[in-house]
Amino acid sequence: MSFNSFSEFLSMGGHGLYVWLSYGLGAAILVANLVLPKLACNRLWIEQKRRLRREEEVR
Amino acid sequence: MAEKKWMPRWFYQLASPRWCYQITGRLLPWFSVAALLLLIGGTVWALAFAPADYQQGNSFRIIYLHVPSAILAQSAYMLMAVAGAIGLIWKMKVADMVLKSAAPIGASMAVLALATGAIWGKPTWGSWWVWDARLTSMLILLFLYLGVMALNSAIENESTAAQASAVLALVGVVNIPIIKYSVEWWNTLHQPATFKLTEKPAMPVEMWLPLLVMVIGFYCFFAVSLMQRLRNEIIWRERRAGWVRELLNKQ
Repeated sequence: MSFNSFSEFLSMGGHGLYVWLSYGLGAAILVANLVLPKLACNRLWIEQKRRLRREEEVR
Repeated sequence: MAEKKWMPRWFYQLASPRWCYQITGRLLPWFSVAALLLLIGGTVWALAFAPADYQQGNSFRIIYLHVPSAILAQSAYMLMAVAGAIGLIWKMKVADMVLKSAAPIGASMAVLALATGAIWGKPTWGSWWVWDARLTSMLILLFLYLGVMALNSAIENESTAAQASAVLALVGVVNIPIIKYSVEWWNTLHQPATFKLTEKPAMPVEMWLPLLVMVIGFYCFFAVSLMQRLRNEIIWRERRAGWVRELLNKQ
């Protein structure tokens, strides 16, 4: 551990704003990179299943 | 006489969207677990256990996001260019899909590298941004990614879009050595490379080991995100194929 207390950890020796801003942004970008394709996947499957059902009704 | 095959068998299997869909389905859980463990472990190590820099103090901890995202932004670009070349030469559809899927991830990594660099620059150099060779060439990399994404969304015809974006990706490769050597060719504020294949890192092991963990974690994460996007793309483009119909009916 390079910090003695939790508040010391949060303040990052006065650079807390910069460090936590970076890590917050990093987390947001990584999560977005997983959630966006997942949402696209759900949408795609729903649409394609609907299309298949429609085509079968026509037949 | 059978046609001579110049490449190993897996190369030809890669050309089959169905095979790619199946193999990525099997690989995804492993890469997801690896990415999760490496990124969480690496972040805790980087934030709480790695020693502070003797000059920069704790703002140095930004390196554990900055370097992996910058490395990945360039690797993803190289992957995109290689996929573009394969798509142009062998007319391989899966390569086109890889190119299209890698672009948004690479762009987000370039954004992360630039943003963490700016945030790190403020306490270290006293400025959010300088028009320095490394920073400028990295910004050009982001624009190349955005160009590839724009071409893909603007051109309706899939194979025309793939050709156009492959050519752009290949032309843009010239920027990669410029990014790499910018810190050596020009006078720059940016420090030289942290990792070199030929030399030992200039930092102590307690500092670079968590960085290595983060880099590997970012690569695994990239694999996960790329496979997710690639699978969507495969289902979309193969939606008329029999095997996709079967899949859709099953679930």
